[in-house]
Amino acid sequence: MDLNYTKEEQAFREEVRSFVHDNLPKDIADKVLHHKRLGKDDWVRWQKILFKKGWVAPNWPKEYGGCAWTPIQQHIFDEECGYAGAPRVMPFGLVMVAPVIQHFGSKWQKEYFLPRILSSEDWWAQGYSEPGSGSDLASVKTRAVRQGDHYIVDGQKTWTTLGQYADMIFCLVRTDTTVKKQEGISFLLIDMKSPGITVRPIITLDEEHEVNEVFFDNVKVPAANLVGDEGKGWTYAKFLLGHERTGIARVGESKRELEQLKAIAGKQLRNGKPLIEDPRFRDRVTAVEVELMALEITLLRVLSSRTKPGPEASILKIKGTDVQQALTELTMEAVGPYALPFRPEARDAAWKGEPVGPEYAASAAAVYFNYRKTSIYGGSNEIQRNIISQMVLGL
Amino acid sequence: MDFIFSDEQQQLRDSLQKYIAKEYGFEARKAIIAPKQGFSDKVWAQFADMGLLGVAFDEAHGGFSGTSVDTMLVMTELGRGIVVEPYFSTVVLGGSLVDLAGSEAQKQAVLPEVAQGKLLLAAALGEPDSRYELNCVETTARRDGAGYVLNGHKAVVLHGESADKLVVSARTAGGAREAKGISLFLLDRSAAGVAVQAYRTIDGMRAAEIRFSNVKVGADAVLGETDNALPVLERAADFAVSALCAEAVGAMEALNAATFEYLKTRQQFGRPIGSFQALQHRAVDMMIHCEQSRSLALLASVKVQSEDPNERKRTVSAAKIHIGRSGRAIGEEAIQLHGGMGVSNELAAGHYAKRLAMINATLGDVEHHFERYASAA
Repeated sequence: MDLNYTKEEQAFREEVRSFVHDNLPKDIADKVLHHKRLGKDDWVRWQKILFKKGWVAPNWPKEYGGCAWTPIQQHIFDEECGYAGAPRVMPFGLVMVAPVIQHFGSKWQKEYFLPRILSSEDWWAQGYSEPGSGSDLASVKTRAVRQGDHYIVDGQKTWTTLGQYADMIFCLVRTDTTVKKQEGISFLLIDMKSPGITVRPIITLDEEHEVNEVFFDNVKVPAANLVGDEGKGWTYAKFLLGHERTGIARVGESKRELEQLKAIAGKQLRNGKPLIEDPRFRDRVTAVEVELMALEITLLRVLSSRTKPGPEASILKIKGTDVQQALTELTMEAVGPYALPFRPEARDAAWKGEPVGPEYAASAAAVYFNYRKTSIYGGSNEIQRNIISQMVLGL
Repeated sequence: MDFIFSDEQQQLRDSLQKYIAKEYGFEARKAIIAPKQGFSDKVWAQFADMGLLGVAFDEAHGGFSGTSVDTMLVMTELGRGIVVEPYFSTVVLGGSLVDLAGSEAQKQAVLPEVAQGKLLLAAALGEPDSRYELNCVETTARRDGAGYVLNGHKAVVLHGESADKLVVSARTAGGAREAKGISLFLLDRSAAGVAVQAYRTIDGMRAAEIRFSNVKVGADAVLGETDNALPVLERAADFAVSALCAEAVGAMEALNAATFEYLKTRQQFGRPIGSFQALQHRAVDMMIHCEQSRSLALLASVKVQSEDPNERKRTVSAAKIHIGRSGRAIGEEAIQLHGGMGVSNELAAGHYAKRLAMINATLGDVEHHFERYASAA
């Protein structure tokens, strides 16, 4: 057993660190570090920088432009980017739909879509959830009826993250209502500019526009946009959900947030002394720090095992989001009464108004409420527990 | 980065695991605990034969020059069997105190005997008012000619009565809580003036209050540097804590396995109770507690060797915090999920819960290590 990174891994970390240091635009990093609002341009700019370096799709096979990194390298990359305040690479195209197209897509789909995903020319959205189909994903109702060379799509998707920017959306649609619910599902790639598509914002608790409802009314989709076989969508959906596991723990970002929390608690006073020296508060911070230390080793254990991460990876989702949420909670508590002032305009980096309270307090409560999503999305933490219970414990 | 144990390590683990599974079932353990000594000489001799008692010591001292990871592997298996033999007090804590603080002559006199199973040690560190603070030493060792005279009261000394030799912390200078002025002494438990009040512990082990009245020892009884034993005491204690964490992980694994098995077999309302989601999710949380604790026990077993004392202290304390909390949570949930059977002394589950709770109360509980973690920042 050796818990040290190899020389090569350490060198790789240095390489990533100095690349991120030299190339991550300061205005973008500032937004991430201070929880300012990010726009489409911020994500796309960073992704194009990574694309130029050849690092935007490390999870892809080499022949498609991937990096063939080891899981540990991938983790180092995620950790360094997260720690430095790089925006998260939008997963919908690069991490989610691309592997599905690579494995199950047609020659044309591969040739047309993959380069556009790689270069961030197309912004993708995920069309899985529906109003009546959350954790029970196989119950999707959005209908796609074959008419000649096209499908006609009717229905509604929801919780579509940043769908307002999307050029394309991958959807689970029902193509057959007469068979078992898992068997009547197909996987369609739909152009967001198609007539009949309406995007309506859902405003979340922080009054931000991050998610959307997407309505499909008689939308004509070329049959060439069907991935793989009709009726096999559920298989592809499961493949997609099981594909991306390494980034889920968000260790780098949580380390960064922990450091910021400690810095904030070092500035805030309680009884005339820094809050971080108050044993009651300090020990709560330590409890999260300890959990994060454990999480990092648990993640490395999963990544180092010779076998592909299985259902144990659900631990990473549960604990990773526990830690993220605990950090936002403590940060909100650390700023005390300055958690109250709510000024969404102050989250715009260009805003020049007079601040209220310390800058770090401005978004603390908003982020806390925003992060309630983490234990719900990507398969709620209860679903993760079901997975472990059935697949690992055999209950 | 790899989490793979060497062939030798796997062999060590497997052979011990097999031995305990075969010879150390719940009924066998009950029989071992019952007599006054509270453990089995036969098991101890077999541990010696298996080479377990010298794992951590140098070959020059009759050992196998193993690492802290080897000790971790052994302790995890002992935890899995809630083994009551004095491995922790003799080999881990007593042995490492002698190994870290002792002169070459002292090591030669003690460690080979320990490795052969001929000598038992106990570490008499805590006192009635010290809780878990190693610097809190009121027992005195007054200079007396060439030697010393010891007076004081050491509390909850694990396996104190069965020990042949005691490692005792005593004050040779300074006030009751001062870091400086502590020295270690190695002396015979049977020395004149040593009074032992032995008792059972709730987790099936033995311990004792040991009182020293005018116990005379020679200058050669001093273990390590006079007046400056605290750093080495802390190092040995950290090693011992990392071993306890490993033991706890073994106990958690066994207790979880027993609980999950019970959930699969116990029928109510015509179905196994493990089919109820309310219980499934609690079982998953038990499993996650165990896996996170295992991660920190692994980390502690490596970082306990760190040259940087703050890194060592932080990692070990982090592990002990996590294990204290997880051990309590798993113990309580295991009892609850076993229903009425969980509170019966006839079932192994409760005995695991007892051991896990007592590990928290050994060498620093959660609160203690929270404070220590902060002080090592």
